[in-house]
Amino acid sequence: MQFDSTQLIPVLPEISLLTLACVVLVVDLFIREEQRIISYGISQVGLILTLLITILVSQPTTQILFDGSYIRDPMSDLLKVGILLITFLAFLYAKDYLRDRGLFKGEFYTLGLFAVLGMMIMTSANSFLTIYLGLELLALCLYALVAFNRNSPQGAEAAMKYFVLGALASGMLLYGISMIYGTTGTLRFDELAQVVDKGDMNQLVMIFGVVFLVIGLAFKLGAVPFHMWVPDVYHGAPTAVTLFIGSAPKIAAFALAMRLLVDGLADLHGGWEGWQGMLIILAVLSMAIGNLIAIAQTNIKRMLAYSTISHVGFILLGILAGTKEGYTAAMFYTLVYALMSAGGFGVVIALSRKGFEAENLDDFKGLNQRNPWFAGMMLLLMFSMAGVPPTVGFFAKLFVLDAVVSVDLTWLALVGVFFSIIGAFYYIRVIKIMYFDQPTDESPLTVGMDTQVVLSLNGLAMLFLGLFPAGLLSLCSNAIGN
Amino acid sequence: MIADWPILSLTVWLPIIGGFMVLASGDREANATKWTALTIAVLTFIVSLPLWFAFDSATAQMQFVERVPWVPAFNIEYYMGIDGISMPLIILTTFITPLVVIAGWEVIKFRPSQYMAAFLIMEGVMVGVFSSLDAMLFYVYWEAMLIPMFLIIGVWGGENRVYATIKFFLYTFFGSVFMLVALIYMYFQSGTFDILGFHTLKLGLTEQILIFIAFLMAFAVKVPMWPVHTWLPDAHVEAPTGGSVILAAIMLKIGGYGFLRFSLPITPDASHTLDWLIIGISLIAVVYIGFVALIQQDMKKLIAYSSIAHMGFVTLGFFIVFIISQNNAGSGAALGVQGGMVQMVSHGFISAALFLCVGVLYDRLHSRQINDYGGVVNTMPIFAAFMVFFAMANAGLPGTSGFVGEFMVILASFRADFWYAFLAATTLIIGAAYTLWMVKRVIFGDVTNEGVATLKDMNNREFIVLGTLAAAVLLLGLWPAPLVEVMDASVNNLLQHISVSKL
Repeated sequence: MQFDSTQLIPVLPEISLLTLACVVLVVDLFIREEQRIISYGISQVGLILTLLITILVSQPTTQILFDGSYIRDPMSDLLKVGILLITFLAFLYAKDYLRDRGLFKGEFYTLGLFAVLGMMIMTSANSFLTIYLGLELLALCLYALVAFNRNSPQGAEAAMKYFVLGALASGMLLYGISMIYGTTGTLRFDELAQVVDKGDMNQLVMIFGVVFLVIGLAFKLGAVPFHMWVPDVYHGAPTAVTLFIGSAPKIAAFALAMRLLVDGLADLHGGWEGWQGMLIILAVLSMAIGNLIAIAQTNIKRMLAYSTISHVGFILLGILAGTKEGYTAAMFYTLVYALMSAGGFGVVIALSRKGFEAENLDDFKGLNQRNPWFAGMMLLLMFSMAGVPPTVGFFAKLFVLDAVVSVDLTWLALVGVFFSIIGAFYYIRVIKIMYFDQPTDESPLTVGMDTQVVLSLNGLAMLFLGLFPAGLLSLCSNAIGN
Repeated sequence: MIADWPILSLTVWLPIIGGFMVLASGDREANATKWTALTIAVLTFIVSLPLWFAFDSATAQMQFVERVPWVPAFNIEYYMGIDGISMPLIILTTFITPLVVIAGWEVIKFRPSQYMAAFLIMEGVMVGVFSSLDAMLFYVYWEAMLIPMFLIIGVWGGENRVYATIKFFLYTFFGSVFMLVALIYMYFQSGTFDILGFHTLKLGLTEQILIFIAFLMAFAVKVPMWPVHTWLPDAHVEAPTGGSVILAAIMLKIGGYGFLRFSLPITPDASHTLDWLIIGISLIAVVYIGFVALIQQDMKKLIAYSSIAHMGFVTLGFFIVFIISQNNAGSGAALGVQGGMVQMVSHGFISAALFLCVGVLYDRLHSRQINDYGGVVNTMPIFAAFMVFFAMANAGLPGTSGFVGEFMVILASFRADFWYAFLAATTLIIGAAYTLWMVKRVIFGDVTNEGVATLKDMNNREFIVLGTLAAAVLLLGLWPAPLVEVMDASVNNLLQHISVSKL
């Protein structure tokens, strides 16, 4: 293999992030407890820097590097920008929360940044090995983050569950990969696609391989019936970590699905014999179970966990359509969802303060009287999650439904809207609690200026993107290419 | 030319942006906030007037058209325009909103800025519903309407407001999402979300019936038609006066408008095939709901049920046309649709006025129960005169606007089938019975309790609001010709369109 230093240019974002993570790791050793803000500052500046580098190295063509194990294409560029931006938001919202609870440690940022590195590697993977490498890097960091509060038995329990189930999922994924490798003889997605196209493989082994692959994927996405870890992890982890887990990794999971199923196995898409059928089952179950069980929750973190599950169902709807429009819609949905989720947990964090966790729905009582502005932002976020226009959540759903109807799966669109109605109930219940109930807790909110500004932008983005969805949509459309 | 100005956009966005300004100004200077809200509402009304005066009633073409791409990837456009069917409803909206703002002036103590803002935003969105010619734009406005109304009922409503508002939200949301799927389906048949394009889209009968049912679910809930009307009495009773007024006067009309803009022209054959169903449930609404209204103890509930009965007339008028054209009775068909339209506008005035009357009483004694009143005429003579007048109008007294629409629809029903007309005409008796009986128990007789004895007559603010509405009711009742003329060309064009089968 010829090595040429220009080959490193497309990988610059990863390199810069790795450097950044190492710098934070080292610097953090030498600063005193009250200077911890430096680690935070370096991380945030570094994320922005990486974001800029990602934009700089982006171009409309596709580059495959390092013996075909790494790919840089418009999709990876956009998804990386999304991941970095959302992580920036997550770190920002988390800062005050961590400080109030004595969790303001450099490890949070080191682990978080390594997780982001894992996500970026997943987004840019062009072979099974690379994607697995990225996935494990991400997963190991997240396991540790869930247990970040050592004194919380709940956190430890959640981390344990997450670890065991995550390891099982990785095992499934690896098993599937090994079967596919065994019968096709390649680990690269582009070569795999050619082999599948020629039909040069053992069908039975291939089908088993795909089944295990989809199961592993469904675990990582948190789709029903592989969703059991989601509510426990969301609930058990410190809210700041839940915020992180609930937002950026969804984008990476979407990339995982796109790389595995679309880049590698697009020809096995068709009908009930292919992965479309499996995804239909996962999507319908996720929308049904997610929305129905969310109604029964009194803990807002658990409620949002089940809401995630239902949103994953919708994202799967877009992917299973198997068309360019479908992938575009799913991507639009994923990015919008990550933004909504970050904002939603951001409000939850804003309501918490030293010695008080806003976890239950009742903690939102009368928020409109305590702080009308945050109530307004949460209102926008909730309506957006419910998919009510003019918020962007509506367009996300609309584009997915469009894609599903275009491939003659109108019944699936009907199922989708039916469960959205059920879903609307628990979102508007949050609004009901904020606006119609009397506050039980009159203490004013203490929220830092930076969080206030960014949270407002985050909420208003729901409205702005809802009024002007064309820009983001064409970005996604260009990223998917042909 | 004034017709080239973006008047529709102005009418939509002036109140919405104004509403956000009011919201931002907060409650510290409550009085200034109210005056700002009123100024914006009146300004919007003035801005909307050219829509009436510069309207060319000779053509059925869309006028004041504005068309810009919105989401090019899906061919969604910011496409607005009006014809003779939507224009009167827009004027109705901009006319009622200032009255609602005035009506809430002193009554709303809790966060008046949010209250006023909700109504202003609501106004813009409702005008948007009436003027959209792009199906997605329509849907966005249609759903966006739910948000302010949900908050209005939930925040400023009565005791049971949470139940009522969630029921309201879920009912209407349930109805409309199926319409969304139908719209998407048609997008893939025609490649566009242009509503006028849908009108000429060829569809098979099965497709038409499914689409028709999807539309019916959306519009029937909104109108509301029996048996999906049950959210309305709850919502009306719990809503603050202004909320009830907007609900009855305008939001219900959006359902009726939907039938004319979507169901009839897009699925004419399905509408024809299923006309018996709509006529049937319309007559049930007229007769059965009329009887239900008779036994109500709560004034707002009574008016709510009366609204359902009156809206039954509207849908009856719209769907009777198929039977009339079968009987080859020529212009009778137009009479049905025009009657329905006149009925919608007239009901907008009358129901608004009646809810405001109840509001006047409620503000004083904080009760809506008929039994808590009696002999109000002794202490509030001016108010009593207004209330009796509006009650008469509600019962369809000739000379008031309530008569014109009902009469036209009954006349049209006669050309279709005697028994339809017979059943429809019973409303003149039942309607008179429930309204006048309520008036008798509330207004007339001796003063029955101390509360009534201490009542003070209307103040100037209330007088202005009710006086304006009374003038409108009389004007439309005595001289309905201008209203009928502006919609004439559009209605005939619609009938022409639906008489041609799409199969």
